[in-house]
Amino acid sequence: MNRMWAIVERELRKFFRSPALMLVSMVFPLVQLIVLGNAFGGKIKEARLGVVDQDGGTQSVKVREALAAVEANAHTFYPVDYDSDQQAMEDVRNGRLDGAIVIPPEYSRRVYEENHPRIALIVDNTDNFMSSTLESEFSDLVKALNNPDVDPSRISQQITLDTVELYPYIEYMKYLLPGSIALAMFVSVMIGGGMLYIDDKARGVHEGYLVTPITKFELVAGLNIAGAIKAILAGIVITVLGALLSGLGTIFIPQNFLWVLLMILVTSLAFNTMMFLMMVRVEDPLVPRATFGVLNTLLFFPSGAIYPIKAFPSWLRWIAYIDPFSYSVHGLKALLLKDAGFVAIRGDLAFLTISAAVMITVATMLFKRTL
Amino acid sequence: MSWLRPKSNSDHGVAPSFATSVGAKGGRSGCPEPPNGDAILVDHITKKYGDFTAVDDVSFTVKQGEIFGLLGPNGAGKSTLIRMMTTLLPITGGRALINGFDVSKEPDSARQCMGVIPQALTSDIDLTVEENLSIYAKLYGVDAEHRKRNIDELLETVDLTKWRHAQTKTLSGGMRRRLEIARGLVHSPKIFFLDEPTTGLDPVSRVSVWEMLTRIKNSRDLTILITTHYMDEADRLCDRIAIVDHGKLVALDSPAALKASVPGTNVIEAQFVNAPADWQQELEKLDEVTSVQPEAAHMYRILTGNGSQTTTGLVELAVRKGIQVKSLSVQNTTLDDVFVHFTGRQLRDEQVKAFSFVMPDRPGMRP
Repeated sequence: MNRMWAIVERELRKFFRSPALMLVSMVFPLVQLIVLGNAFGGKIKEARLGVVDQDGGTQSVKVREALAAVEANAHTFYPVDYDSDQQAMEDVRNGRLDGAIVIPPEYSRRVYEENHPRIALIVDNTDNFMSSTLESEFSDLVKALNNPDVDPSRISQQITLDTVELYPYIEYMKYLLPGSIALAMFVSVMIGGGMLYIDDKARGVHEGYLVTPITKFELVAGLNIAGAIKAILAGIVITVLGALLSGLGTIFIPQNFLWVLLMILVTSLAFNTMMFLMMVRVEDPLVPRATFGVLNTLLFFPSGAIYPIKAFPSWLRWIAYIDPFSYSVHGLKALLLKDAGFVAIRGDLAFLTISAAVMITVATMLFKRTL
Repeated sequence: MSWLRPKSNSDHGVAPSFATSVGAKGGRSGCPEPPNGDAILVDHITKKYGDFTAVDDVSFTVKQGEIFGLLGPNGAGKSTLIRMMTTLLPITGGRALINGFDVSKEPDSARQCMGVIPQALTSDIDLTVEENLSIYAKLYGVDAEHRKRNIDELLETVDLTKWRHAQTKTLSGGMRRRLEIARGLVHSPKIFFLDEPTTGLDPVSRVSVWEMLTRIKNSRDLTILITTHYMDEADRLCDRIAIVDHGKLVALDSPAALKASVPGTNVIEAQFVNAPADWQQELEKLDEVTSVQPEAAHMYRILTGNGSQTTTGLVELAVRKGIQVKSLSVQNTTLDDVFVHFTGRQLRDEQVKAFSFVMPDRPGMRP
């Protein structure tokens, strides 16, 4: 096995001589974490809402007071007065307004007469997020206008729903962190794993090694261990940096950190053996570069890192079930967000370890010992 | 599941001689003496790629201690041949024995006994000179003590001791080649293969590599096989040369014997002014002339058995016909003439292989 360790030594010496490569493989997941975390997790603020008051009575004043309250507190939207409902609709259509509310004439009278009073909400439903936010805000507003001042949960005949939150509020950026750690390892494996051996092949450097008595298994294992070590380093750096950036303190408890380390270790092995197997018969150095983006999308997004797997259509779920990313993300989420122990991650550890063993075996069989 | 079990030297089953060879795992690479003194035996070896035959039924032996050359133009099959011998390519037909080990059946034992310098530069540019040597030695299972000793000695031999801790990418092409020669010898092999060792080097580096190889050969018990398309290299270095063309072995002998076998040991190169159209026929009629080859710009290359006699005859003929002789030189037969004799073409006519994708050099490397 000394020959295997000689290969590991060679790869790691080369790696530490080019720190640029290390930095690049860590910058990408960090940037993704910060940008995605902030781009996705937010709430709508300062939408432009046109208000057409065709009534002018006391009840419409109440509506306008409610709108002003939202503007002052939650800042979800700010109202802009319009004279004509046609103009308001036109402006929603061409994007000058994010939505419009029309209080029809005779609104106040209809409220007093209890004669189906209605308020119109005009939304641009090409933008799902915006229109659903406005709809839910206004449903709440109309409910508040309708209800008496007594809180219905105090009335003993009504069924009420009490929500029990198991964990403290998790911002989206924290939710993304497990996925980002897995992604950092994946990027490191892409850059420092399969691609390097193919580049060596293209330059003819691998001939220098094939003439020695090293066995197929020693060469494959050496390359995979070296790639996994690089991925582990990337994973640890992103875990620490990402936890600091998103304000997640769980990793600084020693026991948690050890479990996270174990998770990082098996993830690195699983990823590296997977990429190595995919590239084992590839000769053209352009192939890993061209497929990097595709593989990233195909493996990262279905893993549940960004959006839950249960929301996927069934064909996408199948990709998630065989994708090592999913198990890695699931395990890391359990450790980082839920502070869980070994029991929660043992299934993930098992899958990742077994898949690594299987993939390295198949890769050794497929590896070409001659030119 | 033999592919899973790491092969070791003890797998080749040649137990008695294995035990007697000096330093089984260390300085001496644990290679036994070859059965009947043949370091290399190539027996009807063939390499086919589909319908294309790259190497066609080549056979030869190389004795221990020889420097043996494979000479031929690009595309002749020399590199394919040497790659089969060094276990890089699977053999389609026939067999090759390195130090008595069949390269198809006992590749790891064969590999342990040989050092190989491939045509491309295969040293790691990110590693230092010493690291390159040390890691390679570990791949051959050289133990720590012998490793240190061998590396010190080899750096001395290839004159790179000052560059021990320099990164390989700071070395020039010639120095890298010297590093790779050292690397190929770090496990003290008995047989040394070099595939086009001086291609791409400047003339000064080429001479220094030749001198180094001769020094190494004299100080160690080594058999060397080189492939080359340079006549001067083959002529100067090799004890015997095999001429290879289109995958076939065309001639095999020492350089002197090869040159002697070409009828006409002298070559006259003469350039004339205003030579008539039938000048070639006129030259052929001179005494002792065996062949006349016209070249560019009214230059004629005349092969003859007696240089001085033909020269006199030529000058007299030119004076008689009133043709002015612009230049005249007499030289001995070169290997190029040998090549022309056996193949009908000049060694200088080379085909260049096209590559579909060539990896660019890493930035910061010296050419």
